[in-house]
Amino acid sequence: MRVTVIDYKAGNLTSVLKALHHLGAEAEVTDGNLAPIEKAERIVLPGVGHFAATQRLDATGLTTAIREAISRGVPFLGICVGMQWLYAGSSEAPEQPGLGCFAESCTRFSESKEKVPHVGWNSLEIRPNSCLLAGVEPGEYVYFTHSYKAPVTADTAAVTHYIEPFASAVERGNVMGVQFHPEKSGTAGLNILSNFLKWEGTE
Amino acid sequence: MITKRIIACLDVQAGRVVKGVQFVDLIDAGDPATQAARHAREGADEIVLLDITATHEGRATLLDTVRRTARELFVPFCVGGGIRSAGDAAQVFEAGADKVSVNSAALADPMLIDAIGRSFGAQAVVVAIDARRDPEAADPVRDAQVLVQGGRKLTGRRVVEWAREAEARGAGEILLTSMDSDGMRTGFDCELTAAVSEAVSIPVIASGGAGTVEHFVDVFGRGKADAALAASIFHFGVSSARSLKEELARAGVSVRLPC
Repeated sequence: MRVTVIDYKAGNLTSVLKALHHLGAEAEVTDGNLAPIEKAERIVLPGVGHFAATQRLDATGLTTAIREAISRGVPFLGICVGMQWLYAGSSEAPEQPGLGCFAESCTRFSESKEKVPHVGWNSLEIRPNSCLLAGVEPGEYVYFTHSYKAPVTADTAAVTHYIEPFASAVERGNVMGVQFHPEKSGTAGLNILSNFLKWEGTE
Repeated sequence: MITKRIIACLDVQAGRVVKGVQFVDLIDAGDPATQAARHAREGADEIVLLDITATHEGRATLLDTVRRTARELFVPFCVGGGIRSAGDAAQVFEAGADKVSVNSAALADPMLIDAIGRSFGAQAVVVAIDARRDPEAADPVRDAQVLVQGGRKLTGRRVVEWAREAEARGAGEILLTSMDSDGMRTGFDCELTAAVSEAVSIPVIASGGAGTVEHFVDVFGRGKADAALAASIFHFGVSSARSLKEELARAGVSVRLPC
Protein backbone atom coordinates (compact mmCIF):
# COMPACT_ATOMS: atom_id res chain seq x y z
CA MET A 1 0.00 0.00 0.00
CA ARG A 2 1.31 3.40 -0.94
CA VAL A 3 0.24 6.55 0.89
CA THR A 4 1.14 10.13 0.15
CA VAL A 5 1.44 12.17 3.33
CA ILE A 6 1.24 15.92 3.00
CA ASP A 7 3.66 18.02 5.02
CA TYR A 8 2.49 21.60 5.32
CA LYS A 9 4.95 22.48 8.06
CA ALA A 10 2.43 22.43 10.90
CA GLY A 11 3.83 20.21 13.58
CA ASN A 12 5.69 16.99 13.07
CA LEU A 13 4.76 14.01 10.96
CA THR A 14 6.87 11.42 12.74
CA SER A 15 4.00 9.74 14.62
CA VAL A 16 1.73 9.48 11.59
CA LEU A 17 4.51 8.06 9.42
CA LYS A 18 5.48 5.59 12.12
CA ALA A 19 1.90 4.30 12.43
CA LEU A 20 1.55 3.96 8.65
CA HIS A 21 4.85 2.08 8.44
CA HIS A 22 3.76 -0.16 11.29
CA LEU A 23 0.68 -1.08 9.25
CA GLY A 24 2.85 -2.01 6.30
CA ALA A 25 2.19 1.06 4.20
CA GLU A 26 4.85 2.72 2.13
CA ALA A 27 4.55 6.41 2.94
CA GLU A 28 5.85 9.17 0.74
CA VAL A 29 6.01 12.72 2.11
CA THR A 30 5.40 15.74 -0.08
CA ASP A 31 5.72 19.34 1.05
CA GLY A 32 4.71 21.23 -2.03
CA ASN A 33 5.79 19.06 -4.92
CA LEU A 34 2.56 18.31 -6.79
CA ALA A 35 3.73 15.31 -8.78
CA PRO A 36 3.21 12.79 -5.93
CA ILE A 37 -0.39 14.03 -5.50
CA GLU A 38 -1.10 13.56 -9.19
CA LYS A 39 -0.26 9.88 -8.97
CA ALA A 40 -1.23 9.30 -5.34
CA GLU A 41 -3.04 6.08 -4.43
CA ARG A 42 -4.10 7.38 -1.02
CA ILE A 43 -3.59 10.74 0.66
CA VAL A 44 -3.23 11.56 4.34
CA LEU A 45 -3.30 15.16 5.54
CA PRO A 46 -2.15 15.26 9.16
CA GLY A 47 -2.17 18.47 11.05
CA VAL A 48 -1.80 20.01 14.42
CA GLY A 49 -1.76 23.63 15.35
CA HIS A 50 -3.52 26.56 13.79
CA PHE A 51 -6.04 26.47 10.94
CA ALA A 52 -4.20 29.39 9.33
CA ALA A 53 -1.30 27.02 8.57
CA THR A 54 -3.45 25.45 5.84
CA GLN A 55 -2.80 28.64 3.85
CA ARG A 56 0.38 26.87 2.74
CA LEU A 57 -1.74 24.31 0.89
CA ASP A 58 -3.26 27.08 -1.21
CA ALA A 59 0.06 28.84 -1.75
CA THR A 60 1.79 25.70 -3.04
CA GLY A 61 -1.05 24.57 -5.30
CA LEU A 62 -1.65 21.52 -3.13
CA THR A 63 -5.29 22.50 -2.56
CA THR A 64 -6.07 22.28 -6.27
CA ALA A 65 -4.10 19.05 -6.67
CA ILE A 66 -5.89 17.48 -3.69
CA ARG A 67 -9.30 18.58 -4.99
CA GLU A 68 -8.52 16.89 -8.31
CA ALA A 69 -7.28 13.72 -6.61
CA ILE A 70 -10.44 13.53 -4.53
CA SER A 71 -12.60 13.91 -7.63
CA ARG A 72 -10.63 11.06 -9.26
CA GLY A 73 -11.76 8.94 -6.30
CA VAL A 74 -8.44 8.80 -4.42
CA PRO A 75 -9.14 7.93 -0.76
CA PHE A 76 -8.33 10.92 1.45
CA LEU A 77 -7.94 11.07 5.23
CA GLY A 78 -7.62 14.34 7.11
CA ILE A 79 -6.44 14.17 10.73
CA CYS A 80 -7.22 16.86 13.34
CA VAL A 81 -6.77 20.22 11.55
CA GLY A 82 -6.58 18.07 8.40
CA MET A 83 -10.19 17.03 9.03
CA GLN A 84 -11.30 20.59 9.80
CA TRP A 85 -9.77 21.70 6.49
CA LEU A 86 -12.33 19.54 4.66
CA TYR A 87 -15.05 21.98 5.79
CA ALA A 88 -15.76 25.44 4.41
CA GLY A 89 -13.54 27.05 7.03
CA SER A 90 -12.95 27.61 10.71
CA SER A 91 -13.57 30.51 13.03
CA GLU A 92 -9.94 30.03 14.11
CA ALA A 93 -8.85 31.74 10.87
CA PRO A 94 -11.97 33.23 9.24
CA GLU A 95 -10.00 34.66 6.31
CA GLN A 96 -8.67 31.23 5.35
CA PRO A 97 -11.07 29.00 3.38
CA GLY A 98 -11.05 25.24 3.76
CA LEU A 99 -11.51 22.76 0.94
CA GLY A 100 -15.29 22.97 1.25
CA CYS A 101 -16.08 19.28 0.73
CA PHE A 102 -18.44 19.72 3.64
CA ALA A 103 -20.44 22.93 3.58
CA GLU A 104 -20.35 23.66 7.31
CA SER A 105 -17.67 25.51 9.25
CA CYS A 106 -15.65 24.59 12.32
CA THR A 107 -16.04 26.60 15.49
CA ARG A 108 -14.43 26.88 18.90
CA PHE A 109 -15.95 24.97 21.80
CA SER A 110 -18.51 27.14 23.59
CA GLU A 111 -17.54 28.90 26.81
CA SER A 112 -18.30 26.69 29.77
CA LYS A 113 -16.82 25.50 33.01
CA GLU A 114 -14.91 22.84 31.07
CA LYS A 115 -11.38 23.41 29.86
CA VAL A 116 -10.54 24.26 26.30
CA PRO A 117 -8.52 22.67 24.68
CA HIS A 118 -10.18 19.27 24.87
CA VAL A 119 -7.20 17.06 25.68
CA GLY A 120 -7.32 13.37 26.45
CA TRP A 121 -9.09 10.12 25.70
CA ASN A 122 -12.78 10.37 24.89
CA SER A 123 -15.26 7.92 23.43
CA LEU A 124 -16.74 7.49 19.97
CA GLU A 125 -20.43 7.12 19.29
CA ILE A 126 -20.18 5.43 15.92
CA ARG A 127 -22.89 5.90 13.32
CA PRO A 128 -23.98 2.97 11.16
CA ASN A 129 -22.39 2.24 7.78
CA SER A 130 -19.04 3.92 8.37
CA CYS A 131 -16.29 2.17 6.41
CA LEU A 132 -13.56 4.05 8.25
CA LEU A 133 -14.81 2.93 11.65
CA ALA A 134 -15.84 -0.59 10.67
CA GLY A 135 -15.12 -3.06 13.46
CA VAL A 136 -14.42 -0.36 16.04
CA GLU A 137 -16.26 -1.09 19.28
CA PRO A 138 -19.02 1.38 20.21
CA GLY A 139 -17.73 3.67 22.94
CA GLU A 140 -14.09 3.02 22.02
CA TYR A 141 -11.69 5.63 23.40
CA VAL A 142 -9.38 7.68 21.20
CA TYR A 143 -6.98 10.55 21.90
CA PHE A 144 -7.97 14.17 21.22
CA THR A 145 -6.20 17.49 21.49
CA HIS A 146 -8.06 20.44 19.95
CA SER A 147 -10.01 23.65 20.65
CA TYR A 148 -12.06 23.81 17.44
CA LYS A 149 -14.51 21.20 16.17
CA ALA A 150 -16.85 20.32 13.34
CA PRO A 151 -20.64 20.21 13.73
CA VAL A 152 -22.66 17.01 13.68
CA THR A 153 -24.33 16.57 10.27
CA ALA A 154 -25.54 13.79 7.96
CA ASP A 155 -21.90 13.11 6.95
CA THR A 156 -20.77 12.58 10.53
CA ALA A 157 -19.33 9.10 11.07
CA ALA A 158 -18.81 9.40 14.82
CA VAL A 159 -19.99 11.77 17.51
CA THR A 160 -18.05 12.64 20.68
CA HIS A 161 -19.36 14.61 23.63
CA TYR A 162 -17.33 17.37 25.23
CA ILE A 163 -19.14 20.55 26.25
CA GLU A 164 -21.40 19.77 23.28
CA PRO A 165 -21.68 16.93 20.75
CA PHE A 166 -19.27 17.34 17.84
CA ALA A 167 -18.18 15.32 14.80
CA SER A 168 -15.19 13.23 15.82
CA ALA A 169 -15.17 11.56 12.39
CA VAL A 170 -16.64 12.48 9.03
CA GLU A 171 -17.00 10.35 5.92
CA ARG A 172 -18.53 10.77 2.51
CA GLY A 173 -17.38 8.27 -0.08
CA ASN A 174 -13.62 8.56 -0.48
CA VAL A 175 -13.34 11.65 1.73
CA MET A 176 -12.73 10.91 5.39
CA GLY A 177 -11.60 12.86 8.41
CA VAL A 178 -10.94 12.25 12.09
CA GLN A 179 -10.69 14.92 14.76
CA PHE A 180 -8.75 12.61 17.06
CA HIS A 181 -5.25 11.24 16.52
CA PRO A 182 -5.50 7.63 15.32
CA GLU A 183 -1.71 7.40 15.37
CA LYS A 184 -1.84 8.06 19.15
CA SER A 185 -4.95 6.08 19.99
CA GLY A 186 -3.53 2.64 20.62
CA THR A 187 -4.98 -0.41 18.92
CA ALA A 188 -8.29 1.31 18.16
CA GLY A 189 -6.48 4.05 16.28
CA LEU A 190 -4.34 1.62 14.32
CA ASN A 191 -7.48 -0.29 13.30
CA ILE A 192 -9.00 2.92 11.98
CA LEU A 193 -5.87 3.75 9.97
CA SER A 194 -5.86 0.20 8.69
CA ASN A 195 -9.48 0.58 7.54
CA PHE A 196 -8.41 3.67 5.61
CA LEU A 197 -5.48 1.82 4.02
CA LYS A 198 -7.85 -0.96 2.93
CA TRP A 199 -10.66 1.35 1.82
CA GLU A 200 -11.87 0.37 -1.65
CA GLY A 201 -15.16 2.20 -1.85
CA THR A 202 -18.68 1.43 -0.86
CA GLU A 203 -19.98 0.19 -4.21
CA MET B 1 -17.12 11.48 28.28
CA ILE B 2 -13.56 12.71 28.64
CA THR B 3 -11.57 10.42 30.92
CA LYS B 4 -8.97 11.14 33.56
CA ARG B 5 -5.53 10.16 32.31
CA ILE B 6 -3.06 7.92 34.08
CA ILE B 7 0.40 8.75 32.81
CA ALA B 8 3.24 6.32 33.38
CA CYS B 9 6.56 8.01 34.03
CA LEU B 10 9.93 6.41 33.35
CA ASP B 11 13.02 8.01 34.84
CA VAL B 12 15.87 7.26 32.52
CA GLN B 13 19.60 7.55 32.94
CA ALA B 14 22.09 6.56 30.26
CA GLY B 15 19.46 4.66 28.34
CA ARG B 16 18.17 2.60 31.28
CA VAL B 17 15.18 3.04 33.56
CA VAL B 18 16.62 3.78 36.97
CA LYS B 19 13.55 3.79 39.14
CA GLY B 20 9.84 4.25 39.12
CA VAL B 21 8.42 0.85 38.35
CA GLN B 22 9.37 -2.44 39.84
CA PHE B 23 6.71 -4.75 38.52
CA VAL B 24 8.27 -5.56 35.17
CA ASP B 25 9.90 -8.79 34.15
CA LEU B 26 13.32 -8.77 35.71
CA ILE B 27 14.91 -9.68 32.42
CA ASP B 28 13.94 -6.40 30.84
CA ALA B 29 13.59 -4.39 34.00
CA GLY B 30 15.72 -1.54 32.82
CA ASP B 31 14.79 -1.10 29.20
CA PRO B 32 12.67 2.00 28.55
CA ALA B 33 11.22 0.75 25.25
CA THR B 34 10.07 -2.51 26.82
CA GLN B 35 8.60 -0.80 29.84
CA ALA B 36 6.83 1.88 27.84
CA ALA B 37 5.27 -0.75 25.57
CA ARG B 38 4.13 -2.74 28.58
CA HIS B 39 2.57 0.28 30.27
CA ALA B 40 0.73 1.17 27.06
CA ARG B 41 -0.50 -2.40 26.67
CA GLU B 42 -1.73 -2.43 30.24
CA GLY B 43 -3.73 0.74 29.85
CA ALA B 44 -1.47 3.72 30.58
CA ASP B 45 -2.94 6.66 28.67
CA GLU B 46 0.37 8.28 28.01
CA ILE B 47 4.08 7.74 28.63
CA VAL B 48 6.51 10.30 29.99
CA LEU B 49 10.22 9.63 29.73
CA LEU B 50 12.34 11.85 31.95
CA ASP B 51 16.06 11.97 31.33
CA ILE B 52 17.26 12.53 34.87
CA THR B 53 20.90 12.99 33.97
CA ALA B 54 20.19 15.37 31.14
CA THR B 55 23.84 15.98 30.48
CA HIS B 56 25.15 17.31 27.25
CA GLU B 57 27.14 14.11 26.65
CA GLY B 58 24.03 12.05 27.21
CA ARG B 59 22.02 13.64 24.37
CA ALA B 60 22.89 11.06 21.73
CA THR B 61 21.99 8.22 24.12
CA LEU B 62 18.73 9.93 25.00
CA LEU B 63 17.78 10.45 21.36
CA ASP B 64 18.52 6.81 20.67
CA THR B 65 16.36 5.81 23.65
CA VAL B 66 13.52 8.06 22.46
CA ARG B 67 13.75 6.60 18.97
CA ARG B 68 13.64 3.01 20.25
CA THR B 69 10.83 3.75 22.70
CA ALA B 70 8.71 5.62 20.15
CA ARG B 71 9.04 3.01 17.44
CA GLU B 72 6.23 0.74 18.61
CA LEU B 73 4.41 3.15 20.92
CA PHE B 74 1.01 4.34 19.74
CA VAL B 75 -0.11 6.45 22.69
CA PRO B 76 1.03 10.02 23.39
CA PHE B 77 4.71 10.12 24.31
CA CYS B 78 6.31 13.00 26.18
CA VAL B 79 10.04 13.47 26.76
CA GLY B 80 11.63 15.77 29.32
CA GLY B 81 14.98 16.53 30.84
CA GLY B 82 17.71 18.68 29.42
CA ILE B 83 15.67 20.39 26.72
CA ARG B 84 17.20 23.85 26.66
CA SER B 85 16.39 25.16 23.20
CA ALA B 86 13.89 24.82 20.38
CA GLY B 87 16.66 22.93 18.57
CA ASP B 88 16.88 20.36 21.38
CA ALA B 89 13.10 19.99 21.21
CA ALA B 90 13.18 19.54 17.43
CA GLN B 91 15.62 16.63 17.80
CA VAL B 92 13.41 14.94 20.38
CA PHE B 93 10.33 15.36 18.15
CA GLU B 94 12.24 14.06 15.18
CA ALA B 95 13.15 10.99 17.26
CA GLY B 96 9.44 10.31 17.80
CA ALA B 97 8.22 12.25 20.85
CA ASP B 98 4.80 13.91 20.61
CA LYS B 99 5.42 16.37 23.43
CA VAL B 100 8.39 17.78 25.28
CA SER B 101 8.42 18.85 28.88
CA VAL B 102 10.48 21.87 29.86
CA ASN B 103 11.20 23.06 33.36
CA SER B 104 14.32 24.97 34.42
CA ALA B 105 15.19 26.09 30.89
CA ALA B 106 11.74 27.67 30.57
CA LEU B 107 12.23 29.48 33.87
CA ALA B 108 15.63 30.74 32.73
CA ASP B 109 14.20 31.83 29.39
CA PRO B 110 10.38 31.84 29.22
CA MET B 111 10.56 32.59 25.47
CA LEU B 112 11.51 28.94 25.03
CA ILE B 113 7.82 28.07 25.56
CA ASP B 114 6.77 30.47 22.80
CA ALA B 115 9.47 29.17 20.47
CA ILE B 116 8.58 25.48 20.80
CA GLY B 117 4.85 26.22 20.65
CA ARG B 118 5.23 28.26 17.47
CA SER B 119 7.09 25.50 15.67
CA PHE B 120 5.31 22.42 16.96
CA GLY B 121 1.99 23.62 18.37
CA ALA B 122 0.85 24.20 21.93
CA GLN B 123 -0.21 20.55 22.28
CA ALA B 124 3.47 19.62 22.08
CA VAL B 125 4.65 21.80 24.99
CA VAL B 126 4.32 20.64 28.58
CA VAL B 127 5.64 23.03 31.21
CA ALA B 128 6.77 21.12 34.28
CA ILE B 129 6.59 23.07 37.54
CA ASP B 130 8.09 21.97 40.85
CA ALA B 131 6.36 23.86 43.65
CA ARG B 132 6.54 24.05 47.42
CA ARG B 133 3.99 25.79 49.64
CA ASP B 134 5.21 29.04 51.15
CA PRO B 135 4.00 29.38 54.74
CA GLU B 136 5.24 32.98 54.79
CA ALA B 137 3.08 34.06 51.86
CA ALA B 138 -0.36 35.62 52.18
CA ASP B 139 -1.70 32.62 50.24
CA PRO B 140 0.68 29.70 50.92
CA VAL B 141 -0.90 27.61 48.17
CA ARG B 142 -1.45 29.99 45.25
CA ASP B 143 1.83 31.67 46.09
CA ALA B 144 3.73 28.40 46.45
CA GLN B 145 7.39 28.79 45.53
CA VAL B 146 8.57 27.51 42.17
CA LEU B 147 11.81 25.58 42.55
CA VAL B 148 14.48 24.16 40.28
CA GLN B 149 17.36 21.72 40.70
CA GLY B 150 15.23 19.04 42.28
CA GLY B 151 13.71 21.47 44.75
CA ARG B 152 17.00 22.85 46.00
CA LYS B 153 16.86 26.28 44.42
CA LEU B 154 14.22 29.00 44.65
CA THR B 155 13.37 30.90 41.49
CA GLY B 156 11.38 33.75 43.00
CA ARG B 157 8.41 32.66 40.90
CA ARG B 158 4.99 31.86 42.40
CA VAL B 159 3.14 28.83 41.14
CA VAL B 160 -0.15 30.33 39.94
CA GLU B 161 1.43 33.32 38.19
CA TRP B 162 4.03 31.09 36.51
CA ALA B 163 1.41 28.58 35.35
CA ARG B 164 -0.65 31.44 33.89
CA GLU B 165 2.38 32.89 32.15
CA ALA B 166 3.25 29.47 30.72
CA GLU B 167 -0.29 29.14 29.36
CA ALA B 168 -0.21 32.64 27.88
CA ARG B 169 3.08 31.84 26.18
CA GLY B 170 1.62 28.78 24.53
CA ALA B 171 2.07 25.83 26.86
CA GLY B 172 -0.40 23.04 26.17
CA GLU B 173 -0.29 21.36 29.59
CA ILE B 174 1.13 21.88 33.07
CA LEU B 175 2.90 19.04 34.87
CA LEU B 176 2.73 20.10 38.51
CA THR B 177 4.89 18.38 41.11
CA SER B 178 4.39 19.15 44.77
CA MET B 179 7.80 19.14 46.40
CA ASP B 180 6.12 18.92 49.81
CA SER B 181 4.43 15.65 48.88
CA ASP B 182 6.96 14.14 46.50
CA GLY B 183 8.19 10.82 47.82
CA MET B 184 6.02 11.04 50.95
CA ARG B 185 3.22 8.72 49.79
CA THR B 186 0.76 10.73 51.87
CA GLY B 187 -1.28 11.84 48.87
CA PHE B 188 -1.09 14.51 46.19
CA ASP B 189 -1.26 18.13 47.29
CA CYS B 190 -4.88 18.55 46.21
CA GLU B 191 -5.16 22.21 47.29
CA LEU B 192 -2.10 23.13 45.23
CA THR B 193 -3.31 21.14 42.23
CA ALA B 194 -6.79 22.66 42.40
CA ALA B 195 -5.38 26.18 42.72
CA VAL B 196 -3.35 25.76 39.53
CA SER B 197 -6.06 23.83 37.67
CA GLU B 198 -8.61 26.57 38.38
CA ALA B 199 -6.20 29.29 37.33
CA VAL B 200 -5.55 27.95 33.81
CA SER B 201 -7.64 26.52 30.99
CA ILE B 202 -5.03 23.96 29.90
CA PRO B 203 -4.88 20.50 31.49
CA VAL B 204 -2.98 20.03 34.72
CA ILE B 205 -1.14 16.78 35.41
CA ALA B 206 -0.69 16.15 39.13
CA SER B 207 2.51 14.59 40.40
CA GLY B 208 4.09 13.78 43.73
CA GLY B 209 2.79 12.04 46.79
CA ALA B 210 0.67 9.17 45.56
CA GLY B 211 0.60 6.29 47.99
CA THR B 212 -2.76 4.64 47.45
CA VAL B 213 -5.49 4.40 44.84
CA GLU B 214 -7.59 6.72 47.04
CA HIS B 215 -4.99 9.44 46.54
CA PHE B 216 -5.69 9.32 42.81
CA VAL B 217 -9.45 9.46 43.43
CA ASP B 218 -8.84 12.49 45.62
CA VAL B 219 -6.65 14.42 43.17
CA PHE B 220 -9.11 13.86 40.31
CA GLY B 221 -11.96 15.05 42.52
CA ARG B 222 -10.90 17.63 45.05
CA GLY B 223 -7.64 18.36 43.25
CA LYS B 224 -9.40 19.00 39.89
CA ALA B 225 -6.49 17.32 38.08
CA ASP B 226 -7.00 16.29 34.47
CA ALA B 227 -4.33 13.64 34.64
CA ALA B 228 -2.01 12.13 37.21
CA LEU B 229 1.53 10.95 36.89
CA ALA B 230 2.09 7.47 38.24
CA ALA B 231 5.81 7.23 38.69
CA SER B 232 5.66 4.33 41.05
CA ILE B 233 2.04 3.33 41.50
CA PHE B 234 3.20 -0.21 41.25
CA HIS B 235 4.73 0.03 44.68
CA PHE B 236 1.29 0.62 46.11
CA GLY B 237 -0.30 -2.76 45.83
CA VAL B 238 -1.57 -2.48 42.29
CA SER B 239 0.24 -4.49 39.71
CA SER B 240 -0.45 -2.46 36.57
CA ALA B 241 -2.07 0.61 35.08
CA ARG B 242 -5.01 -1.64 34.33
CA SER B 243 -5.65 -2.60 37.95
CA LEU B 244 -5.20 1.01 39.08
CA LYS B 245 -7.81 2.06 36.52
CA GLU B 246 -10.17 -0.74 37.45
CA GLU B 247 -10.07 0.43 41.05
CA LEU B 248 -10.56 4.05 39.95
CA ALA B 249 -13.55 3.05 37.84
CA ARG B 250 -15.06 1.26 40.85
CA ALA B 251 -14.58 4.48 42.81
CA GLY B 252 -16.54 6.38 40.17
CA VAL B 253 -13.65 8.03 38.30
CA SER B 254 -14.11 8.12 34.53
CA VAL B 255 -11.13 6.26 33.03
CA ARG B 256 -10.36 4.48 29.77
CA LEU B 257 -10.45 0.75 30.34
CA PRO B 258 -8.82 -0.93 27.36
CA CYS B 259 -10.11 -4.36 26.47
